[in-house]
Amino acid sequence: MSPILDLNRRHLLASLGTAAAMAAMPRVSFARTVGDQRFVLIVLRGGMDGLAAVAPYADRDYGSLRGRLALADPNAQGGVLDLNGFFGLNPALADIHPWYAEGQLLVAHAVATPYRDRSHFDAQDLLENGTVTPHGTATGWLNRAIGQLGGGQLEGGAAGRRLGLAVGQGVPLVLRGTAPVASWAPSPLKEADGDFLDRVAALYAGDPLLANALKAGLESASMADHALNADADMSMDGGMADGSAPKAKSVRLDPAQLGETTGRLLADANGPRIAALDLQGWDTHTQQGTTAGRLAGALGNLSKVLVSLRAGLGPAWSQTVVAVVTEFGRTARPNGTGGTDHGTATAAFLAGGAVQGGRVLADWPGLADDRLYQGRDLAPTQDLRALMKGVLQEHLGLDAGALNKAVFPGDGSPAAVPGLIRT
Amino acid sequence: MTLQAATLQAATLQAAIATNRFGLGARPGDITAAQSDPRGWLEAQLAQTGTPPELRGLDSSATRLDATYAARKEKDEEARKPLRDALREAYRDDAARRTRAAIATDAPLRERLVHFWSNHFTVSVSRPIVAAAVVPYETEAIRPHVTGRFADLLLAVTRHPVMLNYLDNAVSAGPDSPAAIRRQRGLNENLGRELLELHTLGVDGGYSQTDVRELARILTGWSVAAERDRDTGTFLFRANLHEPGDKVLLGQRYGEDGIGEGLLALQRLARHPATARHIATKLARHFIADAPPPAAVAALEKSYRDSDGDLGEVTRTLLRLDAAWAPEQRKVKTPTELVISTARALHGTVHGSEMGHGSETGGDGGPPTGHADPTVRSLALLGQMPFAAPSPAGWPDQAADWAGPEAVVQRVDWALTVGEKLGDGIDPRQIAEQALGPLASDATRQAVSRAPSAADGLALLISAPEFQRR
Repeated sequence: MSPILDLNRRHLLASLGTAAAMAAMPRVSFARTVGDQRFVLIVLRGGMDGLAAVAPYADRDYGSLRGRLALADPNAQGGVLDLNGFFGLNPALADIHPWYAEGQLLVAHAVATPYRDRSHFDAQDLLENGTVTPHGTATGWLNRAIGQLGGGQLEGGAAGRRLGLAVGQGVPLVLRGTAPVASWAPSPLKEADGDFLDRVAALYAGDPLLANALKAGLESASMADHALNADADMSMDGGMADGSAPKAKSVRLDPAQLGETTGRLLADANGPRIAALDLQGWDTHTQQGTTAGRLAGALGNLSKVLVSLRAGLGPAWSQTVVAVVTEFGRTARPNGTGGTDHGTATAAFLAGGAVQGGRVLADWPGLADDRLYQGRDLAPTQDLRALMKGVLQEHLGLDAGALNKAVFPGDGSPAAVPGLIRT
Repeated sequence: MTLQAATLQAATLQAAIATNRFGLGARPGDITAAQSDPRGWLEAQLAQTGTPPELRGLDSSATRLDATYAARKEKDEEARKPLRDALREAYRDDAARRTRAAIATDAPLRERLVHFWSNHFTVSVSRPIVAAAVVPYETEAIRPHVTGRFADLLLAVTRHPVMLNYLDNAVSAGPDSPAAIRRQRGLNENLGRELLELHTLGVDGGYSQTDVRELARILTGWSVAAERDRDTGTFLFRANLHEPGDKVLLGQRYGEDGIGEGLLALQRLARHPATARHIATKLARHFIADAPPPAAVAALEKSYRDSDGDLGEVTRTLLRLDAAWAPEQRKVKTPTELVISTARALHGTVHGSEMGHGSETGGDGGPPTGHADPTVRSLALLGQMPFAAPSPAGWPDQAADWAGPEAVVQRVDWALTVGEKLGDGIDPRQIAEQALGPLASDATRQAVSRAPSAADGLALLISAPEFQRR
């Protein structure tokens, strides 16, 4: 994008009327509240098979239970990549295996949200809303956490800076709520600017939904342009004006681009600090495979996103925690069609320079028939909320009271897991 | 104002609502055509059951599945590529034809219902095995039944090879079936679950994990003829996959009856009160508001029960609800609705195929984002490529899912692009009048007429709240 267009977008932000709000607002700085800590939440939609991503290869029941979906021992051809002598990573995650030894990867196993049924859509809703009831509230826990960090209001100095960032089209539930968040998605369309946007904004005066969305969207666009430094590959060359074909931006980012761009947006000194993004392809009812197949493909994409996220963040990686979560696990036994059906407990990952990693957190329930949840799923022995609370508390500095009251309310909200963050 | 003038004004408003909320957006002349009897204009469409000309002569799903299986079987990479390319091209061509049908139709309510039910019973190109057959699926299983009985629609969908492949039932084997015992195959509960959760009872419909499993057992054997079978790509009941013995679904016993068990279960599910509530809620949410008034849901629910799930009757009940005709435009258009209504507004004014603009980028095995057809390209750009819903739940139907910050900016950018492409030589004031009629606010009329160029005027019209909503 040309500097002139950029200026016009920025000009518009000023004209959208934040000035009055700014004057009335105490000048709380995000930078002071949050520091430079970054947090990325990656939601694996569809239900990741934890027993395939992080195999308990030394469990005596593992091989017989998993049958043809069992992964081999670390010393066998195509075997798992050992973590601690009991668990091993799926070889499709080979690129992040060294992070474990570096102390920058932590695995939590036999983890679940409080949800105990098997609907994707309810399970994802509960994972994101942070309560104990699907559709219990229309806001997401990460948005409420941002609110607790002072992100509920636009602060003064950097008008339009938003702490949260939704990567991709639309804002996922986990980031929806009263705290304004930025969003970013690639688009090859010509960008509306200046005068035209002023006219549209005037038309939206009586439509708060569209007006607020437009304003927030322009703020993010401006932020993204700045953070990405008008990268030639990511911008239009204005070719439409003279009738020539525009330079294409890729509409569907490949995983590496997705991770890298997210990392760069977060690395920007004045950019967002907390991002959420989705990865699809985890609902492996058929052709799941072991080291090849649908699940290995999805794990490979996850691995690419993480590696490129680290590259995009650069030095900021040392201040970053990435949490990788999914709505539920899958059946412990293969189903009849070379896959697995919807289950309960699964694995979760914490990665990043700020993570006190190099360990597997698990109160391992075992895989004997009578240890399985309802005789079919890996039994949950730790609550995903406890992990997320640990990160929010130690990494982002939320206090325990706010976590229990506002971020993860509801009966039996578990205590935060301490010591997840490097000190 | 005279009484006569006031009556005319009210009728024009109702006509604008009929074309925009219940239809797919007004073409020039539509509001005038609907004006004398807006509800009658819609009701008449319910009887127009013919296949739109754009979709006539479409390949059957069996043909497409057969070609898909053949491409899979081809081991030679060089020989396989053209087969795969042809399948992808077939899907893109179908998607364009379906979109053109929606733009050109004289029965937009009926077409909207096709889209609605197609989304309710989503299949997606995210599963390559069905990708080339998604539009034929709609034409065969959905289109003939949108004003018929829900039970017939449910059966047509559930026994359709594309659904059976999409939700894995085609390969599901009863644990004690001959095939399972011989070849170590077994049950897949994907279709059983989504049938209860998404297609019939709804997630709060009062079923358990046991019911999911029992329905999956009941449906074992509902499969698709493979390459080695006759009539490849058509429905095939495979008795050797069917789980023998009794099943108990929702407290009711199903004695061993092969395919008959599934037929009976679908009949009962279609009649279940939870299904009536689920369908009523989804319809009210689609046509009235994201959070529909409970009285409207109750009226639709009653209509469904009283008519034994006659969807034509339920639709007529909807058209008689005052809440459905409220002037406030409470629904934000989905990208599909926005693109199609834009093309309809410009119908006959500009060459429709010029609309929109994008680039051929193609995914790596994902849904294609580029297409020669500009409307389809626009859909891809705005995030709603036909039959590319991210999950079996289909596309969301609420503003929160489509009017996020990034999306609204993108819609405005898209409007500007359309304006620049097509605004030359048109009169945007006239388009506004023909597309929105009395729905257009003074502010919008003024902005359109004061725009510095026809391109900007058109772009402002498309961006305006009255056009972004319905």
